[in-house]
Amino acid sequence: MRDWYLAMCAQFSRHAMLRGTWFRDNIYKSLMSMAKITFISFNGESRTVEVAPGTSLMRAATDNRVDGIDGDCGGNCACATCHVYVDPGWVDRVGARTPCEVDMLNLVAELRDTSRLACQIEVDASLDGLIVATPESQH
Amino acid sequence: MNATSPMAARRIDARARALALPLEQLDPADPQGFVDDTVGYVFERLRREDPVHRSHSPVPGIDTYWSVTRYQDIMHVDSHHELYSSEGGITLMDFPDDDEQKLKMFIAMDPPKHDEQRKAVSPIVAPANLNNWRDLIRERTSQILDSLPRNETFDWVDKVSIELTTYMLATLFDFPLQDRRLLTYWSDISTANKLTNPDAPEPEVRMAELRKMLEYFTRLWNERINEAPRSDLISMLAHGPATRNMGPLEYMGNLVLLIVGGNDTTRNSMTGGLLALHDYPEEMAKLRANPALIEGMVSEIIRWQTPLAYMRRTAVADTELGGKKIKKGDKLAMWYLSGNRDASAIREPDRFIVDRERPRQHLSFGFGIHRCVGNRLAELQLKILWEEILRRFERIEVVGEPIRVRSAFVRGFSKLPVRVA
Repeated sequence: MRDWYLAMCAQFSRHAMLRGTWFRDNIYKSLMSMAKITFISFNGESRTVEVAPGTSLMRAATDNRVDGIDGDCGGNCACATCHVYVDPGWVDRVGARTPCEVDMLNLVAELRDTSRLACQIEVDASLDGLIVATPESQH
Repeated sequence: MNATSPMAARRIDARARALALPLEQLDPADPQGFVDDTVGYVFERLRREDPVHRSHSPVPGIDTYWSVTRYQDIMHVDSHHELYSSEGGITLMDFPDDDEQKLKMFIAMDPPKHDEQRKAVSPIVAPANLNNWRDLIRERTSQILDSLPRNETFDWVDKVSIELTTYMLATLFDFPLQDRRLLTYWSDISTANKLTNPDAPEPEVRMAELRKMLEYFTRLWNERINEAPRSDLISMLAHGPATRNMGPLEYMGNLVLLIVGGNDTTRNSMTGGLLALHDYPEEMAKLRANPALIEGMVSEIIRWQTPLAYMRRTAVADTELGGKKIKKGDKLAMWYLSGNRDASAIREPDRFIVDRERPRQHLSFGFGIHRCVGNRLAELQLKILWEEILRRFERIEVVGEPIRVRSAFVRGFSKLPVRVA
């Protein structure tokens, strides 16, 4: 399905109307199984966004202008500005921290057992329904 | 600035020279390129022709180093602290191991010691504290701007940039306010280098001044250690488990780090931002029309100015970077100033754009475990400064050439004549 989508993108990318986000928002979403991800800010506001498989959780947030995720380094595991707390019920499914992530998380304020860097989490269908919270320092 | 001014002529000259010289003769660490603001031409060529460049400096103690000039290579070095160590120091100058000029500071340490000491001071710039300071910063910024003469030329560096950053620093240390200019003086002294700047004080004079600084701060330390822990930096260092047993050199090193980090940097972004808006009047017009752009502009100012032009790393093993063989012990300059002008990472990097897309993706704060600990405070100070400037002044003009600091490390200004109305 993914290969087919990419082929379609290549096919249609010549047409201005289908370029950029229009195709993603109108065709792709109906074809692919998007994962719903909920971000909860430090003061309790929640935002749910639909994320295409293969996208990093950080990119999903910045593309949708979710408050509280900056991603200053662009996803290089080098700034810790996409720090999130994974909902306890999801910790196992999201998986363990990567080594570079351990180094960077060592420096953040408000570290918890559920802390992860969103740029190191790749969204796939198994994360549909995931809930993460963002720390106060990123607001 | 018209095309025939001496400054413009020097720039045209410098560009021709940067293009004509054999590659191996390019030395971006030559401070003259910073005084004239022409080092950008050298970087332009290096990024294109030799992005990881073997550079040679005639200055003893600097000698041979690698210049890393592209955004992605800099990101790679900065985020691989296990391969590129900070223990050799953060500037290109080498000092003998037993030299007392070699200050010990956590920015020049590797984990685990780095992490422990950094964590001892980082709460001071944590969000809860920033909120406490917001009002204080605004009050002080307003006072300073209100005290400026109208329709009369004055030095922006002295009257605004230094005054504001020094006041903030004194507040962080809970340092006696009437002595606050000592902090500026010590900041300048600690980065002064006789070998690259003939006007700098002799090394003995420098150390004597730094010892006075240590005496002053030791007095404050002794006061604070005998009191209950408070929220100022000195109290935090004196009571913090990771820092309370620091030796004098380490205490001084960390003070210098926090003084330079909190002073030279934001100070020069305060000046550089004004100069940028003067050079790009259409951007100033955009900003006037929509002050909500200030937040993004602050990041753009910090990219544009890049107040610390580079950070040094030392390779701990043989490795490869951008196709070049790096040997164990080689030193590298990650030229943030160059990476921040790299068109492969930043669109139209040579233009100052107040409403740039993804303005936060610049290198000025560094990346990886040494990323600037005070970045949020710096952004807050600049944001408040510009909010208050726009509220007050209908016109704010740069009326003469800036005078730039003779340093390849601190990229800054010593004077900028300005007039407000």
